[in-house]
Amino acid sequence: MASFWLAMSFTMQAKEDGKLNIMFDHYVGKQPLQFDSVNYKNGASQAFTVTKFKYYIGDIHLQRKNGADVVFTDYYLINEEEQESKKLMLEPLPAGEYAGIEFIIGVDSLHNCSGAQSGALDPVNGMFWTWNTGYIFLKLEGKSPASKSPGNFFEYHIGGYKQPANCIRKIRLAFNKVLSGESINELHIKVDVAEILKAKTIIDFSQLSSVADFHNATMIADNYMDMFSILSTKQ
Amino acid sequence: MQYGLFFFVSLVFFGFTGVNTYFDISKEDVELKIPKGFPKPVYTFKNNKLSPEVFVLGRRLFYDPVLSKDSTTSCASCHQRIAAFAHIDHALSHGINGLIGKRNVPALQNLIWNDAFMWDGGVNHLEVQPLSPITNPIEMNESIAHVIVKLKADPAYVAEFKKAFGDTTISSERILKSLAQFTGLMISSNSRYDKYINGEDTFSLAEKRGLELFREKCGTCHKEPLFTDNSYRNNGLKPDTSLKDKGRGAITGSESENYAFKVPSLRNVEMTYPYMHDGRFRNLSQVLDHYGSAEKYGANVSKEMYEIGPLSDQGKKDIIAFLRTLSDKTFIYDRRFVDPSVK
Repeated sequence: MASFWLAMSFTMQAKEDGKLNIMFDHYVGKQPLQFDSVNYKNGASQAFTVTKFKYYIGDIHLQRKNGADVVFTDYYLINEEEQESKKLMLEPLPAGEYAGIEFIIGVDSLHNCSGAQSGALDPVNGMFWTWNTGYIFLKLEGKSPASKSPGNFFEYHIGGYKQPANCIRKIRLAFNKVLSGESINELHIKVDVAEILKAKTIIDFSQLSSVADFHNATMIADNYMDMFSILSTKQ
Repeated sequence: MQYGLFFFVSLVFFGFTGVNTYFDISKEDVELKIPKGFPKPVYTFKNNKLSPEVFVLGRRLFYDPVLSKDSTTSCASCHQRIAAFAHIDHALSHGINGLIGKRNVPALQNLIWNDAFMWDGGVNHLEVQPLSPITNPIEMNESIAHVIVKLKADPAYVAEFKKAFGDTTISSERILKSLAQFTGLMISSNSRYDKYINGEDTFSLAEKRGLELFREKCGTCHKEPLFTDNSYRNNGLKPDTSLKDKGRGAITGSESENYAFKVPSLRNVEMTYPYMHDGRFRNLSQVLDHYGSAEKYGANVSKEMYEIGPLSDQGKKDIIAFLRTLSDKTFIYDRRFVDPSVK
């Protein structure tokens, strides 16, 4: 009996904490996202290019098959222009079987009401409204000949943590392969800009080139919650 | 005169003893003292530990035009100490390049009891409030990132950040927290009204009648002891269409809150003229003429406005006599808040 326990504890010790690298891979439909040069089509068959794409991710829960979620409370600002920002390194990741991930796109109410902050939430990052306090959760900017605004720009700055303008959305993704938590795990999440423009409501650039009211903001939030999917899971 | 003498005496006193100078800030100077009868503050400095060095840095930033794009305009350009940090005799705020804003500069006092800031309550926290005037194109028109660049290039600031925070990092968080220490300690609670309430002073008959009438007609919204209930109300002013200012409605997106503005505190009201969110009234008589008038404009006028009823000439005079007891000279001449660059 004593030797059995000993053996057990040895195996337990062998299962050391690992880490998880999450890569956010930006696409428009099937094509990798490229700023400026590449023409894409939205759901209304209007051509467009992308000039800016950034968003906040936070409150990450890694869901174990058995047991409580492992939670990472930090916020991350993912910015297409900064390669490093698209890779999150989460550790320690306790050994165990992980079946999925849950996170929010946006910044929760508490962090919208906490005054001066640093890191990803530093207002210096340009993702903060100063006249009506709150973080901008997502910025998507680009150009389309269909847009009627000066310079044919479209500019969607989406945020809002209070009802009825709440644009925080929770994302749940099941892994296509269970991760053990040991060693280095890798997760590629596909982020499809095309979904922001069509997932639930098709956006017509000629009708909407910028967002200034909560109806359109929450409509786009309902779209952007569908932009994430699992590309690959590996160990 | 009296205060000039005080200034002189304190200079001589501190000069001779060598213990302190007029602009030195001691540990005691930055102690948070909640005035008798005041509620628990909203902002408690819990995550921004009060220290003389951080306060001094905040004071320096408050008086420094470096926060504006062309280094012409400081916080103090519009928030003048002698007017309880409002802009005396200016109806609308003045920004850089001669630009005129759309609102009257509010007084800065008892800010830690505010749950939101600006006439429309759009700013939800004392620490992030300065970002609004700093970045507003018609106020200081600057970015916080560029403020940091300018401060980093100034060895005096680098030294002061090190003194305040232990290392030379200059960040938005440190800038904002030091400003919050300086503005957060602006507490006005030593008016004749306060002394009267605490049994340390007497009121004239007119002042007594004024207080009584004030409590009946104005006290619901201008609630003692802060003289505001922190609510947003449409007080029945006809909107100035040239300003296109929907007030609270623009923040909440709710039509029923269009043209509602924050109920301002009336402490030091004698000094903060002109009045109303757009500074349309030159003096307190005009203000009381408006509240006593039956003419109210707008569909969502706060019901309290209709309960005021007509005010007699004597009543108005009495209320004004009372309002003058809210002036707090101790606050206005508090050496902690004086511009240190005048030395």
